[in-house]
Amino acid sequence: MPDKALPPKEKFDLIDLFTRSNGAVSLLVIALGFVFGSLFVLLVGRDPVNMFSALLQVVTGWDSSRGVWNARYIGEWFVASMPLVLCGLSMAFAARTGLFNIGAEGQYIAGLTAAQFVALLFPPIPGLHWLVCVLAGLLAGAAWGGIAGWLKAKYTVSEVVTTIMLNYIALYVSQWLTHAFAPGANTYRTKAYPATSLLANPWIEDLTNGSRLGNGLWFMLLSVLVFWFIIDRTRLGFSLRATGFNKEAARASGIKVQSAITTSMVISGAFAGLAGVIVSMGSFSYGRVLPGMENYGFNGIAVALVGNVTAIGSLLAGLLFGMLNSAQPLMQSREIPKEITWIIFGLVVVFISFRNGFKLLADWRAKQRTKS
Amino acid sequence: MADYAIEMLGITKVFPGIIANDNVTLQVKPNEVHALLGENGAGKSTLMSILFGLYDPDGGSIRIGGREVKISNPNDAYAHGIGMVHQHFKLVHNYTVTENIVLGQIPRGFGGNTDLREAEARVAALSEKYGLNVDPRAKIESITVGMQQRVEILKILYRNADLMIFDEPTAVLTPQEIDELMVTFQRLKAEGKTIILITHKLKEITEAADRCTVLRRGQVVGTVTVSDTTEQALAEMMVGRPVTFGIEKAPAQPGEVVLSLQGLTVKGDKGNEAVRNLSLEVRAGEIVGIAGVDGNGQTELLAAITGLATPSGGKVLLKGKDITRVSIRERIRKGIGHVPEDRHKYGLVLEFRLDENLILKTFDRTPYSNSLGLLNTAPRLEHAQQMIEQFDIRAGQGPFTKARSMSGGNQQKAIIAREIDLSPELLVVAQPTRGLDVGAIEYIHKRLVDERDKGRAVLVVSFELDEILNLCDRIAALSKGEIVGIVPADHADVSQIGAMMAGVRHA
Repeated sequence: MPDKALPPKEKFDLIDLFTRSNGAVSLLVIALGFVFGSLFVLLVGRDPVNMFSALLQVVTGWDSSRGVWNARYIGEWFVASMPLVLCGLSMAFAARTGLFNIGAEGQYIAGLTAAQFVALLFPPIPGLHWLVCVLAGLLAGAAWGGIAGWLKAKYTVSEVVTTIMLNYIALYVSQWLTHAFAPGANTYRTKAYPATSLLANPWIEDLTNGSRLGNGLWFMLLSVLVFWFIIDRTRLGFSLRATGFNKEAARASGIKVQSAITTSMVISGAFAGLAGVIVSMGSFSYGRVLPGMENYGFNGIAVALVGNVTAIGSLLAGLLFGMLNSAQPLMQSREIPKEITWIIFGLVVVFISFRNGFKLLADWRAKQRTKS
Repeated sequence: MADYAIEMLGITKVFPGIIANDNVTLQVKPNEVHALLGENGAGKSTLMSILFGLYDPDGGSIRIGGREVKISNPNDAYAHGIGMVHQHFKLVHNYTVTENIVLGQIPRGFGGNTDLREAEARVAALSEKYGLNVDPRAKIESITVGMQQRVEILKILYRNADLMIFDEPTAVLTPQEIDELMVTFQRLKAEGKTIILITHKLKEITEAADRCTVLRRGQVVGTVTVSDTTEQALAEMMVGRPVTFGIEKAPAQPGEVVLSLQGLTVKGDKGNEAVRNLSLEVRAGEIVGIAGVDGNGQTELLAAITGLATPSGGKVLLKGKDITRVSIRERIRKGIGHVPEDRHKYGLVLEFRLDENLILKTFDRTPYSNSLGLLNTAPRLEHAQQMIEQFDIRAGQGPFTKARSMSGGNQQKAIIAREIDLSPELLVVAQPTRGLDVGAIEYIHKRLVDERDKGRAVLVVSFELDEILNLCDRIAALSKGEIVGIVPADHADVSQIGAMMAGVRHA
């Protein structure tokens, strides 16, 4: 890529930057996604400015077309982002241990279902009820992930296969359990949750002008912190990372690789389970008989990928994709087809493969240099 | 006839970040054995891969019989009469010798059926002519490694190669098989073939070669007539400085028995008994060497000692305590250090930094982590700095250097530093110096002798008989998973050990 803006001396070297910093590649790729997205909008004869004003409204609450400010949009942006961030963390955590957890969706459903039952069946004790819901969801997600981890560790069954199958098991078991046993269940919903089980937080609600954002926010931020802390600061994280990079060397060094794999899937599942709780207890006021996959788990894979399987990266990528998601109705009202958000999302995921492209480019250039 | 059978003129080949061949010129006379000498990474294999059509050169030209040619794949090479015997044989194990030889150009008989009769006759005739003694109908899996190599030779003879390239042909052979190969070389030469011998072993060159071209760091140091030079002079050309052969060490003072193997049996990958009823003792203050050709149970034996594999029979005792079924972690704590054969697979986490790799086995102990399970950074960095100084590990960014970006010698030094620092009772070392340059080899040998002198038990496995002979105090010859004999190194005789490596008792 010849860049005329750069001085020929190459003191600041773009390709170098992109080969060294995965974060820089992510930013470039996201920018490209928006550039191409805008081109598509132009192509169908609409104004990309409207697209960006919709995105601006999501992030700041400022409606530039009418000159009105409403903080509710910011709250809803976070509501849309939280499950994506958490499922991204789930995927990323497993990836750091060398595992490919396709099962965040199933772990999410397990967490959601467990939380629903606790919400409906646990005595409505204020302050305790919702905490028990969160705990139940965490444990259910952890257990669901743990099954795949244990199968991998004990019988070397590929976690890719088991997690995909466990997604379907989770969905259908959830539908059946909820429909058959949840109080007041019909074909699509249960009776309303007691107020003590909800994650609502009046202070945040007030701050964001009545959005659905609640205590889930704290749990999401805490999760980002916990992810980083475990991976970078603990003995456990060290052994998980060693296992992820080189299982044989880890084993030869006395790390219990099998238990590392199970532990990693348990923690990974807990993140996804928490996403389930936050959606069921934060965004809804009643339990649901799920009509199908909700795709947070699958989108989490993309989040982790764009976020370079790091904690902070997953947070930012989750917020980005959450922004695209919650901008959809606003785009439609501005005559921008909402599908454009999925196109941008898809482009970003495809462009992420540039990361290897830059490595190839750097190799090629190094070769040219040594030649001359 | 031209002066040279083959000429590679000004060959340059560049890989990312490294110049593998820098304006290399190699001229091989007809009907000579021409050795290509150089350390690992000197560019020998790259040069030959270019000649065999596996790589395109970035510069330079190739001439055969004075005429410039372009060789862009191995078929071109064959068409020009060039054949190569690779270091790792490319044979189908459940096929016969003849079937392997005709692979790729299967002769068709009546109705399109495979007809091997003619091919078998030709293979038999070639085998006779060159004294190779190969049965055309034998299955590959039932013949020895030396014989398999002769099948590879037949394969290229069958394709009428006049120039034969041998890539480190002795790496997998016992001393007797090496002698036979030398005879084969003379036979091939007598029949008018030209041979290029790639090697880093000086003895082979003085024994078999007429001329020798020495490469160092991708450049030609010189081409010499072997009869006019000495091993010492060749070694200096190869390394670029005077080298000492042999290791200075005082006589061993063995103490108590540290490692005792009793009737050990270990299963291999294929369910076979890779190690069979093996008994061996290693005492404090001595280095015991396991001599043997690759694939005779060394890997499985070490796996059973270090805990990577569980033996199916027998016992492993460390200072009299049974550790046969003890976990790897526990063995590390009890003081078994292990320098693995495959350092990238078992020794290092290449994506980790040097400081992390140096605590790979101790990260869960104080001072590297505390009682709450949190990592402590400062002691880790301090430890790395100490190891770097003590063991002369060269790493661009010190403790922060990614293991992947370090040279092979420094990676090995890092592993040895870590294992010695564990202060083990027993140091198990496999292939301590494979692929390393002479400087690193000298250093590592010295450190191992130091460990011995500190009263530690050291067990060394190496496929290089010279290394075993120089380094060890006692030598155990391993063949097909059994110890054929144990001899003190100062009474050792190469041909006796060679015979034992081939499985002959009481040689």
